[in-house]
Amino acid sequence: MPQEYKLILKHADEPGYTPDIDCYLRHGGYEGLKKALAIQPKDLPDGKKMSPQEQIREDVKVSGLRGRGGAGFSCGLKWSFVDRRSGKPIYLICNADESEPGTFKDRQIMHKDPHQLIEGMIISCFANDVHLAYIYIRGEMPEGAKILIKALAEARAKNFLGKNILGTGYDLEMYVHRGAGAYICGEETGLIESLEGKRPYPRIKPPYFPAVLGLWMCPTIVNNVETLCNVKHIVEMGGANFAKLGTPNNTGTRIVSLSGQVKRPGYYEIEVGKATLGELINDPKFGGGLRDGRKLKAIIPGGSSSKVLKAGEKFKLKKKDAEGREVLVETDMLDLPYDFDSLAQAGTMSGSSAIIVMDDSVDIVETLANLSEFYAHESCGQCTPCREGALWMNKALQRMAHGQGRAGDADYLVKIADNIPGGRTICAFGEACSWPVQSFVGKFKDEFVAKGVADEARRAKEVAAPGEIKQLAGAH
Amino acid sequence: MSTTATTEPKPAAPAIEKIKVKVDGREIEVPKLMPDWTGKLTPTTMIQACELAKTDVPHYCYHPKLPIAGNCRMCLVEFGTPALGPDRKPVLNPDGSAKIAKSPRPAIACATPISPGMEIYNNTPAVKQMREGVLEFLLINHPLDCPICDQAGECKLQEYSVDYGQSASRFVEAKVHKPKAVDLGPRIMLDDERCILCTRCVRFTRDIAGDDKLGIVNRGSYNTIAAYPGTQFDNNYTLNTVDICPVGALTSKDFRFQMRVWFLKETKSLCNSCGTGCNVLVSSREEKMYRYTPRENDAVNGPWMCDAGRLNYKWVHSENRLKDVLKRAVGQGTQVKTTWLTAISEISDLLKRTPVGSVAIIASAKQTNEELYLLAKLKTKLGAVSDSVEHTGAADRLLVSADKNPNTNGARLNGICFTEIGSNLPQIAQGIASGKIKTLVVFGEDVTTQGIGPDLLAKLDTLIVSDILSTPTTQLAHYVLPGAAHVEKRGSFTNTKGRVQKFMKAIEAPGDARPEWEFLHDLVLNVTGLNGYVTIEGLFNQMAAEVPGFAGLTWAGLGDTGVTVTI
Ligand SMILES: Cc1cc2nc3c(=O)[nH]c(=O)nc-3n(C[C@H](O)[C@H](O)[C@H](O)COP(=O)(O)O)c2cc1C
Ligand code: SF4
Ligand code: SF4
Ligand code: SF4
Ligand code: FES
Repeated sequence: MPQEYKLILKHADEPGYTPDIDCYLRHGGYEGLKKALAIQPKDLPDGKKMSPQEQIREDVKVSGLRGRGGAGFSCGLKWSFVDRRSGKPIYLICNADESEPGTFKDRQIMHKDPHQLIEGMIISCFANDVHLAYIYIRGEMPEGAKILIKALAEARAKNFLGKNILGTGYDLEMYVHRGAGAYICGEETGLIESLEGKRPYPRIKPPYFPAVLGLWMCPTIVNNVETLCNVKHIVEMGGANFAKLGTPNNTGTRIVSLSGQVKRPGYYEIEVGKATLGELINDPKFGGGLRDGRKLKAIIPGGSSSKVLKAGEKFKLKKKDAEGREVLVETDMLDLPYDFDSLAQAGTMSGSSAIIVMDDSVDIVETLANLSEFYAHESCGQCTPCREGALWMNKALQRMAHGQGRAGDADYLVKIADNIPGGRTICAFGEACSWPVQSFVGKFKDEFVAKGVADEARRAKEVAAPGEIKQLAGAH
Repeated sequence: MSTTATTEPKPAAPAIEKIKVKVDGREIEVPKLMPDWTGKLTPTTMIQACELAKTDVPHYCYHPKLPIAGNCRMCLVEFGTPALGPDRKPVLNPDGSAKIAKSPRPAIACATPISPGMEIYNNTPAVKQMREGVLEFLLINHPLDCPICDQAGECKLQEYSVDYGQSASRFVEAKVHKPKAVDLGPRIMLDDERCILCTRCVRFTRDIAGDDKLGIVNRGSYNTIAAYPGTQFDNNYTLNTVDICPVGALTSKDFRFQMRVWFLKETKSLCNSCGTGCNVLVSSREEKMYRYTPRENDAVNGPWMCDAGRLNYKWVHSENRLKDVLKRAVGQGTQVKTTWLTAISEISDLLKRTPVGSVAIIASAKQTNEELYLLAKLKTKLGAVSDSVEHTGAADRLLVSADKNPNTNGARLNGICFTEIGSNLPQIAQGIASGKIKTLVVFGEDVTTQGIGPDLLAKLDTLIVSDILSTPTTQLAHYVLPGAAHVEKRGSFTNTKGRVQKFMKAIEAPGDARPEWEFLHDLVLNVTGLNGYVTIEGLFNQMAAEVPGFAGLTWAGLGDTGVTVTI
């Protein structure tokens, strides 16, 4: 039976648990940091020594921790790319811009247990020889910013931050920086530009890989809130033990944001891959099923940018059989284990682990029009395909949603969307805005065509019997 | 003064390692490092390699002299790199060649460095399709007002539409409307609907001009180029943004709606408004000049020029131009029209008769090396004192020189003036006052502003003045010899750094006005008996043979971008 597994959210929702440092300390807070700071250099068989920092970084690799911000990239590997020979300072930035539609997990941590994040960050900074770190928090979260600023002051007062932390000689400063309200500030290089006081235009890679040329052109680590919290637990429990949580290559826990037409929307922390999509939606411990009398129509499994799954879709998943051989097993979309690799095999992604459930009351065209309005509004407009494509798709979809569809609009939309992703754009927003269109229209083409055909028929009648004639192009 | 001439100001750089890459199947060797926009050696990019392979990669935002933005996505190419086995060694094909692993994603050629063995595919169906996609996106919100657009004929959007455009648009939505005819600054108009948001103008003014004044407001497809709110886009380099704008979004107030570019003749010339000597093209039609645009010369101005220099050409067509040869008999008040033949023979006779030491020559450092060389010959023969006039003003850190003469060094090298230009002028004034100097020859300067006023000039037996525009000095002259603007003749200048550069003739001089070197040749022949060359080439080469500062130079050897001499 699938269970919630509370690692990150262990205390957050306990009655009486408060965000202040005393409460955190009463619950064993900053013990992970003390443990990290007490690590001694280790002798290696070849006579060399492994520094405490290297040991933590190695442990994070062993833990198998993958980024919780969206791409699921190995945290240990990311840290290993950092240019440590440039002589420049290394920065660490916590990506707290959480703006992917459907996602509301990072704010739980920041609002309810800010010191867990700060402790995770201090350890991560220590492990990477960072002396200055930032928490870049979404502009629309003023409360979170206030809480974090207060928490930083508390940590500073207790010398978990500042000069000569706990007498170890290690110095670290940490600041909260608020965004000004743009989704693209969550893209790590857009975030860096914004932090530098500029328009958040994502940078081209090459050459501006943050690990080499990040903030102020110095090596920089950008990690998601939840990712950084995990580092504290890895140090406390050991990387190998952490790797026992979840499933192979999909270790640890994830906080799933569940929204849409389920009985119990909310956030649920699970061991990665230990619950299926269907269980998350239907199990009474999680979503509790759809509203009575409703049937499932579609699921957006990993934030609005992930490709939609259609009810009843089947996928061939790689599994190991009893003898350890790899076999392909036909799997219904509801039986997909909720982890990085299974969803990737289903042609979509677990992204920011935000599940949006749609039942049969939902109008697919209007839903996509709603999503595309978000992307048209949030494209930073730096590069041509995304800037022009995102608005074009939205104009077409708004036109359709307002009764001005055409039978050919399904193909029209996909052709626009096909010209945006796949490395044609500067950042992954290109994929984020075109994947929903490709997948919605691809999987629900009949609905788009039917709407267009009906609109055309209605307009033909209106012309025959002149009444209110709308201008095709003027719908939006 | 040394006599060595070099073609480049810097010493030769150490040899750079070469690597082999393939462009569309053709193998070429390219340097591993090439200069970036600042001139610093950085890893060679795909677009640089393609250029060396003479393969055109279409691009909008890329400009070799600006930081790379990578935003237009027109330069997307496919590519592959040698496949590596588990041992990190290259995997070989059966025929022994390196197996190439094709990248699943395209790359922008403008920003992606090459690596040994890389294959760049600039011409595949996928590449063509991606570029068609980009172009379609650029055109959906474009106003398509080419018939009234000044950029027509020079527009990259028009150009690539021929290669990658689709004949019919499938776009049926309403276009985004943005401000048109925005008064961006005193010299620039902006049409935001034509703008393709390549940010070349933004990067130019921020990173080259050092005036971070332009930016983008709004978001997404509504992005709009604008000056910082409440301010004007006004520095001395704004018009360069018009040159680099790949479309017709930025236009010069001076040039817009004046002339279709395809009617214009372009002539290689120089700006003569300061000692930098920016290389320019003169655009003209039917003996009328319409504009200067910068001509790239990395040893002088790169691809840029200043606004003040660019707009300083209207005087060429001024009402105030001297068009007639004029003569005023001694004691008479009015100047009357005469012919070149009469004037030159009378002046020749006069100069031949004047006693040695009674002549002074004030020549302008706005004149060409060749003209100053001829004047120096007269000076020697007549035992004349000579000088030129200093004109100075503000300098800046980019191009503008404090020396407002284009050829001070030419005047120095030819011995017309000395290290300290103008130091002889008081001596000349004194000579006139004392009656020692009876004849004054003035070229291109108004000496009444230089301490030699009408009262002094009245003491002279003869005042011979050549100029382009009428001045108080020309009005007092006994002989007025109308000269040619530099765009009306050929010649060379030596800039503040010793760059000797030549310029070509764009238009005819008006009326009887003539290039000074032509009539100076006749004058020198008559007065000294030296029959020099009657072509500018011959004259320059003769000067180079005789004047140590120009030793080793030839007219042909100056090429389009000049040669640097030591000064
Ligand atoms: C358009 C876009 C928006 C993003 N928004 C966020 C965000 O709000 N929060 C976040 O953590 N990562 C976001 N990311 C992912 C970041 O770029 C980056 O991969 C992540 O912060 C890395 O952290 P992780 O490795 O810990 O996941 C976004 C990416 C893109 C392309
Ligand atoms: S892909 Fe979109 S969001 Fe990303 S840089 Fe380009 S225009 Fe901006
Ligand atoms: S005005 Fe011209 S140069 Fe500037 S961004 Fe637009 S298209 Fe580019
Ligand atoms: S810098 Fe001097 S030479 Fe160059 S354009 Fe300006 S005035 Fe002319
Ligand atoms: S030229 Fe614009 S992206 Fe390369």
